Amino acid sequence: MLIGRPLRLFGIIGLLGGLIAACPLPAASTDGYDPWPGLVQDIFSSRSMNDGSDVIAIEMPSRAEDAAIVPVTLRTRLAPTDSRRVLAITLVVDQNPSPMAARFELGPDAHVSEISTRVRVNNYTDVHAVAELSDGKLYMTKTFVKASGGCSAPAAKNADEAKNRLGQMKLRQFARSDQGSADRSRDAQIMIGHPNNSGLQMDQVTQLYIPAFFINELRLWQDDSPVLTMEGGISISEDPNIRFTYVSNGAKHFRAEAKDTAGHVFRNEWKIDNSGI
Amino acid sequence: MHHRLWLLAALALLCVSTFSHAQQRELAVQEIAPGVFVHVGVTALMTRENVGGIANIGFIVGDSAVAVIDTGGSVHEGRQLLASIRSRTDKSIRYVINTHVHPDHLFGNAAFAIDGVTFVGHKNLPRALVTHGQFYIDAFRRIMGEQLMDEVRLIPPTLLVEETLRLDLGARPLSLRAWPAAHSDNDLTILDERTGTLFAGDLVFLTHVPVLDGSLRGFLSAIDKLSALPAKRVVPGHGAVSEWPAALADERRYFETLASDVRGLVARGEPISAAGKAAASERSRWTLFDDYNARNATAAFSQIEWE
Repeated sequence: MLIGRPLRLFGIIGLLGGLIAACPLPAASTDGYDPWPGLVQDIFSSRSMNDGSDVIAIEMPSRAEDAAIVPVTLRTRLAPTDSRRVLAITLVVDQNPSPMAARFELGPDAHVSEISTRVRVNNYTDVHAVAELSDGKLYMTKTFVKASGGCSAPAAKNADEAKNRLGQMKLRQFARSDQGSADRSRDAQIMIGHPNNSGLQMDQVTQLYIPAFFINELRLWQDDSPVLTMEGGISISEDPNIRFTYVSNGAKHFRAEAKDTAGHVFRNEWKIDNSGI
Repeated sequence: MHHRLWLLAALALLCVSTFSHAQQRELAVQEIAPGVFVHVGVTALMTRENVGGIANIGFIVGDSAVAVIDTGGSVHEGRQLLASIRSRTDKSIRYVINTHVHPDHLFGNAAFAIDGVTFVGHKNLPRALVTHGQFYIDAFRRIMGEQLMDEVRLIPPTLLVEETLRLDLGARPLSLRAWPAAHSDNDLTILDERTGTLFAGDLVFLTHVPVLDGSLRGFLSAIDKLSALPAKRVVPGHGAVSEWPAALADERRYFETLASDVRGLVARGEPISAAGKAAASERSRWTLFDDYNARNATAAFSQIEWE
């Protein structure tokens, strides 16, 4: 009886503590911190950013469905009469552990007008596209993506398969029914089998980071004329995959060369398929 | 003084009324066959309010020991499962078997980190914990909150299943099988030979739309092989305990539809952003369809492109 009262009091206080802790405010999606100013400094050497809404468009789903495979499309919006040309487009996933996803350089004669690829998205994030034009200026546009729910992780679904496919390449060429014979624009897609490991995961047992292992350079040519070059980072999804619209120069062959961080070089060449075009 | 405290407590209780079920000490379990106990999770996404308790989890009691099959979506739920076991048997818990890496199945592991317990998993589970685990902890901290997540620990299995493994709980053999990539790349099933009860993990879904986080072809091939297992009933990862192998029919139809629709999209040259259109005919047959179908289709698209 003597100790009954204090115990009951402690019980009540404990109960209250537990209840108050059980009722916290919902966590902010990105804790309010905007990494973009720092990224402009780090990636673009603090160069001034111009409004890019008339220069470049970025399309992504508003919510990442599969955190490991989030489609993104970059589209140039310069009018045909515009004397400026897009030299390069940089894609930045602000809240990812390594935000610079890719930098694409557009071949001088390939007139690449659209690039689609797939990125990993870890969190609620802004995604920026920055175009560098022949006038020497940078033009920025952005979109916002919500993180996926549930058990979708930005990691390999089938780690053994990813290893088995290392270095395989596939080129798909798409027939376009909506164009006349005078229109020489083409759609194609290059796929490279590669785990594209981020290197940011720590082995809980050894406390060592798994080394990063990803495609850091990809070059595409029609015959000997460059179409597109990608400098890639770990935000690019496993099995890097780029679909693009370009203008044919009449070449007979398409070539690809990819390099990864372990020094592998993968090369392939395909006949350009003119059937159905 | 006391009155005021009670008033405060009552107010605080109001603010967490949805939490009240979580205050229960024991998890509700049904004995679906002699010595086989199952808690059927709610068909929902993991939230703070449901303490992550969305998966089916359970335990099997042998003559000399107990095996736990999955531990739930929080240490809170795991502890409730432990209390349910303790109120039914005083035999020691010898094994905790994790069916795969997903948080709703193993975030409760820490509740069973007790002397004498061996954690069992697919040979790929330790790797999957390394590549996915920290991301899950960060993501579910946002979704379920600090209080539930602070206790969660990733406990890798020390007894690994390469292909098959037999465990004995005392005149109660369990037959474990590690599958090639299907729902995930670390799926493990457990067959209780005495009662013909199959714990299928997330290789079997009922009501809750199936989830693809491994290989579409692998999943379809696993469904074929699973149907040959000599079981009478299945404890699916999600959905009601059901007769075997009839329980596979809905899931098989869903994945066949998904595969066929996505093959059509890829053949027509559609971009991956159009993948979510696939399997629309399945929408009315499942719960949580809009939460998972586009994701399944996106994953399926990226795999079928390589065919």
